[in-house]
Amino acid sequence: MKKFLANFLPVRAAWLILCGCILAFSACAGDAARDTSKVATAADNGSGTGAPNDDGLILPAGFTVTTFAEGLGKARHIAVAPDGTVFVKLAKLKDGKGIYRLRDTNGDGKADAITGFGSFTGTGMTVRSGYLYASSDEEVFRYKLDDKNNVVNPDQPEKIVTGLLSRGEHEAKAITLDYDGNLYVNIGAYSNACQVQDRTKGSPGMRPCPILDSAGGIWKFKADKPGQTYGDGVRYATGLRNVVGLDWNKATNSLFVMQHGRDQLHDLFPDMYDQKQSAELPAECMYELHQGSNGGWPYIYYDEFQKKKILAPEFGGDGKKTAGEDAQDPVMAFPGHLAPNGLLFYTGDQFPAKYKNGAFIAFHGSWNRAPEPQKGFFVVFVPFQNGKPSGDWEVFADNFSGSPALTASGRAQHRPCGLAQAPDGSIYVTDDSKGTIWKISYKK
Amino acid sequence: MIGKWTVLCSMAGLLSACALLSMTAKDDAPRRPYGVLQNATGIKQHTTGVKQNVTGIKASIERGKKVYAEQCLSCHQVDAMGVSGMTPPLVKTKWVLGDKTTLVQIVLKGLTGEIEIDGDTYHNVMAPHSELSNQQIADVLTYVRSSFGNKARAITPAEVAAIRAKTK
Repeated sequence: MKKFLANFLPVRAAWLILCGCILAFSACAGDAARDTSKVATAADNGSGTGAPNDDGLILPAGFTVTTFAEGLGKARHIAVAPDGTVFVKLAKLKDGKGIYRLRDTNGDGKADAITGFGSFTGTGMTVRSGYLYASSDEEVFRYKLDDKNNVVNPDQPEKIVTGLLSRGEHEAKAITLDYDGNLYVNIGAYSNACQVQDRTKGSPGMRPCPILDSAGGIWKFKADKPGQTYGDGVRYATGLRNVVGLDWNKATNSLFVMQHGRDQLHDLFPDMYDQKQSAELPAECMYELHQGSNGGWPYIYYDEFQKKKILAPEFGGDGKKTAGEDAQDPVMAFPGHLAPNGLLFYTGDQFPAKYKNGAFIAFHGSWNRAPEPQKGFFVVFVPFQNGKPSGDWEVFADNFSGSPALTASGRAQHRPCGLAQAPDGSIYVTDDSKGTIWKISYKK
Repeated sequence: MIGKWTVLCSMAGLLSACALLSMTAKDDAPRRPYGVLQNATGIKQHTTGVKQNVTGIKASIERGKKVYAEQCLSCHQVDAMGVSGMTPPLVKTKWVLGDKTTLVQIVLKGLTGEIEIDGDTYHNVMAPHSELSNQQIADVLTYVRSSFGNKARAITPAEVAAIRAKTK
């Protein structure tokens, strides 16, 4: 400080005072800002949960939870082999490894044999017919498992699909398989609403949207054929902006997906949508897909209040005009921006009967509701009968954020991402904020 | 001798500035570009120069807060801490506290592609904001650089204008 001031000695007094004022001002402003951050810290500590523990989640009566593992960092999707061996995919390497295998050898609900392999990051993870499938943001790999579900060659997986588009937006390649040897891969749109200039006010929407040729949908590949790329795959469904949560529903023998709806209606069209409307719209949607299905993105979005497909403002919409006659309606609509990252159809017998064949959805939590309070950071349940929802959705597991205040601010301690069912009918939930994995069970 | 005078003087400056700030906290400060004031009054009008300069920065910060709410908040969030894996934080990072030219150019040209801060990567699309005036950009950056725990010098409209002129 003295040195700094000494440099100013030849300058007149006014300059010194000016300097003093600027310093004083930034000091005062800094104090004010620190006070704000103190509030956030206090709320953080005030939640009382601290490190994740068995009491961290709020569950329906009769359900219990154990912290199966923690400290895995960005734990994304999770899969369970028939003997109960758990595999989890990380979006950030932990100790140089991008996949972790976890086993609970003494049956206490906590993983006690943990080993990492795979040098790539990503999201997708599933087990089928003696193979572990894992995705990076450009590829899908496959590892052979032996009869004890050990990875046969952890350093040399087969490359099932390569060269998938990843342009820094909606890049996660979520994957699932059907029971006929097919692999379904999400290729998210590298855009919010297919404007000429992405997320830029005043930039028009492109019709036809050129992104849809290679992204913004679900692509279908052969699950057992290495070295495939776009030419070998089929665009199974289109008009889906981004899908992270997806699952093959055994009861209907069809693919169900959760779309991340578009962002920034207010930012881009402030005269048409106020901040509250922009926080609520559009709905996050569940779709049942078949070959040729179309969710309608980017031309339309689904408004769960009007219960209509609304023409997107980039394409001439005004918040009321309907469109998308060629697009299908969602199976169910959820509040905007909650970011559904995990979908699991429950086939177990451990949970009460109402859960059978129903859907669990992990909502990662919103960011695009600001300045309105953020929402999500929970796992919901949707009951199904005869392949259709038989009731409204309900919150199943809550308080991943740590407190209502941390939910509202978006500074959640944990963010639910992946879901998987254990052979005993328990379910696992991952958190890609701190890398906790919970095992939720029902005790009569 | 001179050293003591310097320290005393700057201490007085600190105190008077703090007092001045609390006094003018509820004033509707005149919307003048403080950068011009700083240059024009720094030498000739000692006392008024100080008052106008602080008031000027304060006004700039207040205007900047509004620009932030309209242009930045929905992605960078209320606390400027961004969104994990998507939108980078604006708090205590070299991107905000460091080189003014880089910072102003990000506002003018937007930013795409992956960036890394403290070992975490972020990628979201930030649109160009070249439609904002030099004054608005100076205001919002001055606000961000002096809020959320940040402490960095104000940015003037003249600086923004100069950077805009050489930015393609």
